[in-house]
Amino acid sequence: MALELEMSLAKPATASNEVRPADAALSVHGLTKRFGERVAYEDVSFDVGCGEIFGFLGPNGAGKTSTVRTLGTLIAPTSGSATVAGVPLTPENGETIRHRVAIMPETPGLYLRLSVEENLSCFADLYEVDDPADRIEHALRAVGLADRAKDACGSLSKGLRQCTALARALLSDPELLFLDEPTSGLDPAAARDVHDLIRELRRRGTTIFLTTHRLAEAEQLCDRVAILNRTLRTIGPPEELRDRMFAHTLVVRVRRPLSSPGPTFSSLPSVDAWQEDACGSYLLTVSDPDVAAPATTRALVAAGADVMSISESQHSLEDVYLEFVDTDKEVERS
Amino acid sequence: MTISKRRVGAIFRKELHEYRRNGNIIYAMLVLPLVFLIQPVVQVFTLSASASSGLRHEHSLLYLLAIPALVPAALAAYSLVGERLQGTLEPVLSTPVRREELMIGKALAAFVPAVVVSYFVFGLFVAIVELFAQPGIAPALVQGPELIAQVVFTPLLAIWSIWVGMAVSARTRDPRTAAQLSILVSLPTVAITSLLALGVIPAILPVAAGFGAGVLVLDRLGLRMATAIFDRERLVTSAK
Ligand SMILES: Nc1ncnc2c1ncn2[C@@H]1O[C@H](COP(=O)(O)OP(=O)(O)O)[C@@H](O)[C@H]1O
Ligand SMILES: [Mg+2]
Repeated sequence: MALELEMSLAKPATASNEVRPADAALSVHGLTKRFGERVAYEDVSFDVGCGEIFGFLGPNGAGKTSTVRTLGTLIAPTSGSATVAGVPLTPENGETIRHRVAIMPETPGLYLRLSVEENLSCFADLYEVDDPADRIEHALRAVGLADRAKDACGSLSKGLRQCTALARALLSDPELLFLDEPTSGLDPAAARDVHDLIRELRRRGTTIFLTTHRLAEAEQLCDRVAILNRTLRTIGPPEELRDRMFAHTLVVRVRRPLSSPGPTFSSLPSVDAWQEDACGSYLLTVSDPDVAAPATTRALVAAGADVMSISESQHSLEDVYLEFVDTDKEVERS
Repeated sequence: MTISKRRVGAIFRKELHEYRRNGNIIYAMLVLPLVFLIQPVVQVFTLSASASSGLRHEHSLLYLLAIPALVPAALAAYSLVGERLQGTLEPVLSTPVRREELMIGKALAAFVPAVVVSYFVFGLFVAIVELFAQPGIAPALVQGPELIAQVVFTPLLAIWSIWVGMAVSARTRDPRTAAQLSILVSLPTVAITSLLALGVIPAILPVAAGFGAGVLVLDRLGLRMATAIFDRERLVTSAK
């Protein structure tokens, strides 16, 4: 019981796909944004639980940035409704919402002539934070920039500018943090630092809405992801999406081909279909690998086969993503 | 409507930091006023002592009012488009800052240097006249009422130019167009001060008072106009 409680604290919304509205940091219903004739995104609905890291995936032009800007009250939705950090998204509530959330935009947008500290100091005052000097120091330490406080932002590398923008977003200690492609254009080491920081923020209870087209990033970090390509294509924990989209496959390698593979495989529990691939391996489509794998092993041994390996082939989130995004391309072409 | 002094101050300080490190702005703030100083100075030095009696009807000092009208127009015109081009407006607009606070902060940052420069150039002109002009010119030129007009009109004209500049800035995509447009819209006030200076419009107290009242009303309307034109969405999304 105690263990269960601990686990549910550590990974708040992973367990289920549904977020109860009362727990929602973000609740979006049928949200649509058009720029004139052009649709940025359409009929998007989802909930994000408090403390969750929610990944928002999609190709360029999918509407990710427009969604972030809408939820951050920078642009008004064309239709639909949303509740952001517990506040209904209406024009009058803009200021209240902006107090509770922070956005790290796609481009850092720093004042390049000003020092890191001057940039942050301006924003600490715009958020009217208590004890700004302390907050600034804290935010700079969090992103590892404490020793660059006096440097002009124009002299920083792209990665460090990104970190400064992240520090700026942390100043107000927001309940909900929007990160719009925070690692785009960063080298792997800098990206890993940002990932560590995101995990650290989650540990402290900040809800994070992360847009990205780096699938590995989403897979590692996010409790749940949504795939957007103007409309919302799918939503769920990464591993669940994989399972939902792709049947499990066992790859069986034996030293010599089986004499009668048909009878051997088709009678096994949980094996739905089988085929032989070009390399002489057998691919079994299974509904439950935990049942199928031991049963297959026993059957092969009983049939006198020399088993080299039995493994489950892994589909990644990338496969899921490409499945959606590629289908879309075909739709566009036709 | 409550205005947060702290947020206004944050914008104001940030703008001043930026000016200080932007060579172009410092250059514009110094060169433009000096250009407007040349004409009256030349005029004064070409006058002989005997001409001083005719000077009573010339109001050369009022030429210098072009400085508070045009310098802040240029500064304010840059304020929103400039940030939009740099991509720095989106983070600012995603904070709780209100548009009035942003406008007032930016306006103050154009106002203070513009007024300081105007008074400085004006003081410089008076000093030059007092020290170097032919005897008799200085008392004829530097008269009590004109000094008062200069002191009063400088901030009034600056405020109008700033609101115009910011309104233009909120709606244009290119800083140069913004600067030209807002200088253009500020010209009518400059024209009136020039007409006063040339004596076409008599520079008598009722006229000056009427003009002053007119500018004051415009100033009051200006903030409302500029904030009404200010549109968060437009400023954020046309950044590219
Ligand atoms: N201000 C705008 N005016 C017109 N179209 C826009 C504007 N902003 C975004 N769009 C369009 O909306 C779509 C979604 O853009 P965006 O939200 O930036 O996508 P993403 O962040 O996923 O790359 C794109 O087709 C883009 O061209
Ligand atoms: Mg984007």
